Amino acid sequence: MLDIIQTVPIDYFVYLSTLLFGIGVLGVLTRRNAIIVLMCVELMLNAVNLLLAAFSTYLGDAQGQIMVFFIMVVAAAEAAVGLGILVMIYRNTKSTDISLLDNLKY
Amino acid sequence: MQSLLPLIPFLPFAGFLINGLFGRRLPKTAVGLIGSGTILGAFLLSLAVFSDVRNGTAMEQTLYTFLHVDSLQVQFAFLADPLSAWMMLIITGVGFLIHVYSIGYMHDDEGFWKFFAYLNLFVFSMLLLVMGDNFLMLFFGWEGVGLCSYLLIGFWYENRAYGHAARKAFIMNRIGDLGLLLGIFLIFNTFGSLQYREVFEGVANYQNNAWIPTVICLLLFVGAIGKSAQIPLYTWLPDAMAGPTPVSALIHAATMVTAGIYLVARCSSLYALAPHALEVIAITGLATAIFAALIGLRQNDIKKVLAYSTVSQLGLMFLALGMGAYSTAIFHVTTHAFFKALLFLGAGSVIHALGGEQDIRNMGGLRKALPVTFWVFVIGTLAISGFPLLSGFFSKDEIFAKTYEHSGALWWALAAISGLITATYMGRLLFVTFFGEFRGTEAQRAHLHESPAVMTIPLIVLAVLSVVGGFLNTPHFLHLGGSEWLSHYLAPALARPATPETHVLDARTEWLLMGITTVLALLVLVLAYAVYVVRRNVPVADSAMQPIARLLANKFYVDEAYDFLFVRPLEKLSKMLHYYADIQAIDGVVNGVGRASQLLGAQFRKLQNGNIEYYLLAMVVGAALLVGSLFI
Repeated sequence: MLDIIQTVPIDYFVYLSTLLFGIGVLGVLTRRNAIIVLMCVELMLNAVNLLLAAFSTYLGDAQGQIMVFFIMVVAAAEAAVGLGILVMIYRNTKSTDISLLDNLKY
Repeated sequence: MQSLLPLIPFLPFAGFLINGLFGRRLPKTAVGLIGSGTILGAFLLSLAVFSDVRNGTAMEQTLYTFLHVDSLQVQFAFLADPLSAWMMLIITGVGFLIHVYSIGYMHDDEGFWKFFAYLNLFVFSMLLLVMGDNFLMLFFGWEGVGLCSYLLIGFWYENRAYGHAARKAFIMNRIGDLGLLLGIFLIFNTFGSLQYREVFEGVANYQNNAWIPTVICLLLFVGAIGKSAQIPLYTWLPDAMAGPTPVSALIHAATMVTAGIYLVARCSSLYALAPHALEVIAITGLATAIFAALIGLRQNDIKKVLAYSTVSQLGLMFLALGMGAYSTAIFHVTTHAFFKALLFLGAGSVIHALGGEQDIRNMGGLRKALPVTFWVFVIGTLAISGFPLLSGFFSKDEIFAKTYEHSGALWWALAAISGLITATYMGRLLFVTFFGEFRGTEAQRAHLHESPAVMTIPLIVLAVLSVVGGFLNTPHFLHLGGSEWLSHYLAPALARPATPETHVLDARTEWLLMGITTVLALLVLVLAYAVYVVRRNVPVADSAMQPIARLLANKFYVDEAYDFLFVRPLEKLSKMLHYYADIQAIDGVVNGVGRASQLLGAQFRKLQNGNIEYYLLAMVVGAALLVGSLFI
């Protein structure tokens, strides 16, 4: 298994995760649906996870994979809280459009 | 005896504490008893000290080291030599009589306890001034009496004008104090000590380098000018008459204003090296003597006349100091304390009888209603005018004789003229007040009464002293016994006169000089009698005065001139500084800082626009910049 992974050059992992991260950032910046924004955040997190796992394998160091588990836990918690907030927002505004949420300002 | 020395100032201080802290709850009798009793105790102790130092010895008592910084070491120590013992006797003796008098005079006043507390504090400060054995203690006393003077002038502070008079006295004194303080600094810088003995021993090194002692002497004299009300700082003293009359008698005639004389006499060894400083003193004294006497001629407030008389007499004392005749000046301090306290207390008795009236044009004919006051006032007037064998006769004659001896006929003539003017205004005061018809209101006439015994007895004692006080220092050519006792007594504490070529006048010249001044003074008194009693002249109302009289009555417009020259420009400057420096510059900076951060904040708050997409963009850009910065 390890051998198969190592046949793919490390560059490809870097390109892929950069691409995924960029898609996530673009999604966060351009989409107005709160659910999509949250999903894009997850995408960014997982791009990082992928990179951590790849480097961990190539360097033969388990620390990167441990880090991935931590990020997964945090991401799960984040998704739970974020979706919870989203449900409350929807109940109040009957919408999930984040551009409507501009009451907190000067 | 020596160990009891500190008790002398601290008895009055204890009186001040008791009356000041608990006086409100004590009955008036107790307050009066404590107030006067402590002074009496101090007087008796002073007598004991006096009998110890009579033969010219001095005693010192150090309580503790007050200040020790590097080479500056100041002891809290008392010194009793013939000079300070004599001043102690005057202060506590006359002070005691005036305290007793005040029991009667202030009896109906609500602030009775406060008054006695202040008086005791004053006596304490004055004793500190004369008993200290270094310049710092003198300075303490100096400031203490200034404070008490302020408190007592403004004693009836509900009256705005009185409060202003108190402030005027304080500020005028402060100007003089600056000179004194600078003088003390220079003394320490020059001699490395503030103790009298060490300073005066160090003086010998400056025999041939007299300019430093001259500067010191002039600076000290500036202090004396302020405290002893000489030209140009004299204007506070007449205004100080706003205080109750016993205050005028004690502080502004008998004791505090003589502090300047004491200072110069105490530093006589310094002044002996500074003949130019002595010249300045003599000129100032003579000018003040004549100037103030002239103003006194046309004052119609009974206390103002006496106030200008005091200024004039202080001028004579400084004239004597300027002649190097230190003991003569102290002699005149003594007799002046007797008869001026007498005159002021007599005036107080008149004011008391008339329910607060002070204008002599509304008096007249009080001779019958106030027999005791009248007779003591006659004695006081004769004493100050130089009636033969009364106290003022001897002391003034001695000043005139020393002036003639030291500076010649012109100075003598000018001094004698001031004496003549004194006789004139005192005659006018006496005759207008006590002779003729009563000119007050009917209500005042019904209220007329002689003062109670508690007031008249001190008057009588002072009158006796005014009569016999002159025999302390009778000139030797009169052969009246005890000749020049006071001069001999004071000699150990004073420097010898500076001029070595002094020729002692022969007896014939002295008789002649004395004869001229005495006859003229008597003539002037008779003239005043003729004008004010026989021809029944009454000083005219302010509006009907001739130009010269108006000039005198308005005190040569000196107050107005000071107001124009100093007070108004200073006020304008203060207002300008207040507007430009304070409101514009300082407030401007402070407000500017506030306004600038407000403006900045107003711009930055616009970032907080509530748009989540915008926040996200900012976050991404921020993160990108952060990461990007790692690659730089």
